Amino acid sequence: MTLVNKTAVLEIRDLRTSYFTEGGEVKAVDGISLNVPKGKTLGIVGESGSGKSIMALSILRLIFNPGRIVAGELLYNGADLLKKSEKQMRSIRGNNISMIFQEPMTSLNPVYTVGEQIAEVYQIHENMNKKQAMSKAVDMLRLVGIPSPEKRVHQYPFELSGGMRQRIMIAIALACNPDVLIADEPTTALDVTIQAQILELIKDLQQKLHMSVIIITHDLGVVAETCDDVAVMYCGKVVEYADVRTLFTAPKHPYTVGLLNSLPRHDVDKEELEAIKGSVPSPFELPEGCRFAPRCPHAAKICFEQLPELNKLEDRSQVRCWIYTDKWGQQPEVNRTP
Amino acid sequence: MKTELLNVKHLKQHFPIKGGFLGRIVNHVKAVDDISFTIYEGETVSIVGESGCGKSTTGRAIMRLDEPTSGEIIFEGSNLLALNKRQMNKKRKDLQIIFQDPYASLNPRQTAGEILEEAMEIQNVVPKSKRRHRVIELLETVGLAAYQADRYPHEFSGGQRQRIGIARALSVNPKLIICDEAVSALDVSIQAQVLNLLKRLQREFKLTYLFISHDLGVVRHISDRIIVMYVGRIVEVADKTSLFEHPQHPYTRALLSAIPVLDPDRKKERIILKGDVPSPIDPPPGCVFHTRCPYATDRCKEEIPQLRTAEGAAGGHQAACHYMEEIQNGSMERAYS
Repeated sequence: MTLVNKTAVLEIRDLRTSYFTEGGEVKAVDGISLNVPKGKTLGIVGESGSGKSIMALSILRLIFNPGRIVAGELLYNGADLLKKSEKQMRSIRGNNISMIFQEPMTSLNPVYTVGEQIAEVYQIHENMNKKQAMSKAVDMLRLVGIPSPEKRVHQYPFELSGGMRQRIMIAIALACNPDVLIADEPTTALDVTIQAQILELIKDLQQKLHMSVIIITHDLGVVAETCDDVAVMYCGKVVEYADVRTLFTAPKHPYTVGLLNSLPRHDVDKEELEAIKGSVPSPFELPEGCRFAPRCPHAAKICFEQLPELNKLEDRSQVRCWIYTDKWGQQPEVNRTP
Repeated sequence: MKTELLNVKHLKQHFPIKGGFLGRIVNHVKAVDDISFTIYEGETVSIVGESGCGKSTTGRAIMRLDEPTSGEIIFEGSNLLALNKRQMNKKRKDLQIIFQDPYASLNPRQTAGEILEEAMEIQNVVPKSKRRHRVIELLETVGLAAYQADRYPHEFSGGQRQRIGIARALSVNPKLIICDEAVSALDVSIQAQVLNLLKRLQREFKLTYLFISHDLGVVRHISDRIIVMYVGRIVEVADKTSLFEHPQHPYTRALLSAIPVLDPDRKKERIILKGDVPSPIDPPPGCVFHTRCPYATDRCKEEIPQLRTAEGAAGGHQAACHYMEEIQNGSMERAYS
């Protein structure tokens, strides 16, 4: 298996988003190129501060001052989203590309019923009257598996549990049948049994509605269960990009390997966890060469001097690491086994 | 021979809900409802469960940060609930707690050194002249450097702040440390560092941990024994291997099956529970899990199951379910799957 080789519904090309703060420019997303294949799921993993959420927001152009999308192309069915007017963008959001967020309570409006919030989507995007829109809202609630939807449609967000609220968010996001759903940490705030329900729901709806899904998460378990392709991000850059099986059976970048080794498992006993030493560098003091070099167990001289490119390997996965280049052979006294 | 360090007997923690006319007590949140367990010296016992199951409340009740409604907490032979406030404050030298959010639990106006010295001053464990020396020793024990003693919490990263929290707990030489979601807010690479640190400290200082977490991977890694809670009650207790290999209670089975596995090829049989966790204000009668249990019968709706060891299960492995044997041998029908 290799990276899904299907027509991409969304192509991200060399996307750069920066925040211009008093302390200087923070390159939150620093030259990212990814494909979102049609009907498939792309996972983006990384720890806090890796830029994964900013990347998701950039796709919908939801970046506000002091942040700015500095460069790149976002090709949605061939047309560049970055060239669209704000008005065109508004009709794309929700209609074509939709997003759900981590905390459903803060993204729902507390003073409207959940029915009104779903209906609003239809009123805005499909010019329905309120009555039609409300009956569509009931249908959506049924689709996302909420019991007795006729009753629930008149309830307020505070009357629902966390899992129910996330279902409401999904209903709002999917109301207009988008091609692409961006799910930013959709289950992080939920308990594990509810997480299982929500992931199952997203997978199920993806099949029914033929959507592409981008899942942004820090949880490698969620990635393994739901994604087809995976990009691992570190300090604003993709360090490894592969199909899910290759990533888990033959991880290549030392950061990916480190993440997998440092994870306590519920199905295997480990005496000591192999922690990655150190911590993520401050975005104001990024290391010069490879950004992972100061924490990398294999780092050689070149790693501290030059930033490696994202190289395509034989199994078609992509890795940003000097170990997988010709230059590595000339490096003195280092552990050659990746 | 194992020595008992902590014995919790019939602990109940009911929080009153005030409301209505004149703010009368209208109901209670039964956060913890009659639980009993024992912790032996030198072991790590974990309490796992989902939000609202009462795991953190249990930890706070043991420390008497909230006054329990009833029950006994026997620590080294004496009942903590019988102590007066002064005696209890002294006793807290032996029982320390580490919280989830290290930023909220450290005073932003104190340097790391002052935070640690304050703990020593309150318990008067180290003479004043030697405190500074001890601070540096503690910082080095938890993997920080001496020069960081004069820094404020905001100058540290999340992982480093949690190390200060750990150093503070260690500063009074406690016997039992309660870790309440101590690594939950940390990124995986940092979480692994802190877990390794906790394990090392346990070996070095012969500590006993009560580890409270919702993360079953973390729990498996750190624990000797595990307690599973659901809506204020204990549904299963076992040593970790027995629990993960042979879960007895249907809730534990569902909980374990819900965790995503790291292998994309392994399609395991997943039990997806229907519905949500019931409210602890009006917990269901009988077995608290019967509203979601695929095996529930009429008996489960009426009779509260007691913790017992199932036939054929390992010694010390207890669960509270009427039908463990029947579920195990497959003679129970599932209402849904």
